[in-house]
Amino acid sequence: MNNRNLIRYALSLLLMLGGHAVFAQGLSIDITDGSRTADPIAVVPFAFEGAGLPPETDVSEVLRADLARSGKFFTLAKRDIVEFPTRESEVKYPTWRLLKQNYLVVGRIADAGDGALRVEFELFDVARQSRMIGLAISGQRTAMRDVAHQIADLVYEKILGVRGAFWTRIAYVTSVGLGQNTQYALMVADSDGFNPQVVVRSREPLMSPAWSPDGRRLAYVSFERGNSSIYMQDLSTGSRELLSAQKGINGGPAFSPDGSRLAMNLSYAGNPDIYIMDLASRKTSRVTSHFAIDVEAVWAPDGRSLVFTSDRSGKPQLYEVPVSGGDASRLTFQGQYNARATICCDGKKIAMAQGTGNVYRIAVFDRATGTYSEISPGNVDESPSFAPNGSMVLYAATEGPRGVLYAVSADGRVRQRLVLADGDVREPAWGPFRQR
Amino acid sequence: MKNAMRILFSVLLVAGVAACAKKAVKPTASSDTTPTADTSATNNDGRYKVGDLDTDSCLRQRVVYFDLDRTEIKPEFSAQISCHAEYLRQFPNARVTLEGHADERGTREYNLGLGERRGNAVQSAISSAGASGGQLNVVSYGEERPVDRGHDESAWSKNRRVEIVYTSAN
Repeated sequence: MNNRNLIRYALSLLLMLGGHAVFAQGLSIDITDGSRTADPIAVVPFAFEGAGLPPETDVSEVLRADLARSGKFFTLAKRDIVEFPTRESEVKYPTWRLLKQNYLVVGRIADAGDGALRVEFELFDVARQSRMIGLAISGQRTAMRDVAHQIADLVYEKILGVRGAFWTRIAYVTSVGLGQNTQYALMVADSDGFNPQVVVRSREPLMSPAWSPDGRRLAYVSFERGNSSIYMQDLSTGSRELLSAQKGINGGPAFSPDGSRLAMNLSYAGNPDIYIMDLASRKTSRVTSHFAIDVEAVWAPDGRSLVFTSDRSGKPQLYEVPVSGGDASRLTFQGQYNARATICCDGKKIAMAQGTGNVYRIAVFDRATGTYSEISPGNVDESPSFAPNGSMVLYAATEGPRGVLYAVSADGRVRQRLVLADGDVREPAWGPFRQR
Repeated sequence: MKNAMRILFSVLLVAGVAACAKKAVKPTASSDTTPTADTSATNNDGRYKVGDLDTDSCLRQRVVYFDLDRTEIKPEFSAQISCHAEYLRQFPNARVTLEGHADERGTREYNLGLGERRGNAVQSAISSAGASGGQLNVVSYGEERPVDRGHDESAWSKNRRVEIVYTSAN
């Protein structure tokens, strides 16, 4: 190796290391279409005014990243921020108008006693030169990511009139290893992929996590008994119950909007059909009876009907059926393969995995207009899950040998890869709003 | 020389298939004898011994492969189906789990259904070839247990399968 090659080698090594650092932080935001409208907002780094060391979490950076990946905002790059106001009295509106910012967030962090911190923040409308929010949120040092997500929710809601969904959690399944040595885990993390926690570990496959509407429990499928079974687990206590272990498939759990019932697909009668279990009595009622494969039921927001996947017309398509049973009506007619529905926005939109040939992508179906929009660019994209406010969709994609998760804005414009673990990551489920 | 090798190889191949088919067909012809779980039987009259599960060229084949989105059993697997059916007929206490699998394309829950359909197809083929339904149990793993984690047809074709797993040999 001559000198020039050596330098080149060292450079590429550095590049790789640099790339890896970005990778590990899970912050690679990919703006796929910058032409559409999004509100410019400047988030000035918050000042630390407490004693001792500032918190490990860069609160204003977590806030900025939340707003950026929502697709609703362009956030001003740090290098373009020339003034660093921390409170209203220090804000010079002309500076921000010159930078073409519509909104401005400033803040400071102070001690709140007993090791807790108090984050005070203010949101300004630059054109009107007026303050829109002035609030303080306190929390333990270790909870500063939670505080930052709550601030992001408040800013989002104040500007857009829609509740923010940054302070939420996601569940997903990981698998590490090959063949008999594969280890599966059901995980829960913050909506941006940070703070991953193990809910269940198993040497047998785990599948299909589903959140209870209060965010306290997960239902999921485990093969630990040698066949698919449905479990329900309390996240704070870790206690769990076996809900269904019939002969054949026990799969596709989905809580009703009021949390009292669980839809599932069971095949003990011969082939998978949709059933509903009343969680208080554990009695199941049958919703579909068809020789086709009927799976992946999800509830309409009013709790009156289910949308599910069936191959009764040949290939999998989405159908809707009243929870009391009866005739199912076909919803999707475009695309060879439409499956795994996720519903948002009062039932007006349905996202799904849409397959054509060997290519599977996430598509959003607008029921009012009957139109579809493709919001993912991969080849094996699946398992879409809407954020509780409908602003974003989480989905699983394949990159090289491994599965990764992406969060994409509902319009498909902004996409961020969440790097959560080594190995294969799949089946994301976006949890409900949390109670403040 | 190269051609000679090729011919020799194909002769061996045909011989192997013939041997397999012979064993599978012969017992069916003499099926009026009540099968007893005689594990010490060593004669060559088409009766299996328990050890044949490890040594018999046909019984050692335990995987049935499927075409994309299909659940019907291809003709090349009929010999395999027949010999397992015959073994199960001769050993009524033998038990088999049929593990159904799908490739990664499509959704996981749907693929569980597809894996089960394939398991059911093998179950009914083995039953109608002589085994009792109670000896066979179907478990679908969908796309959760691939044997090849690649993302192309060569990987997918290996993953679309039913594995015949003996949980009790006699």
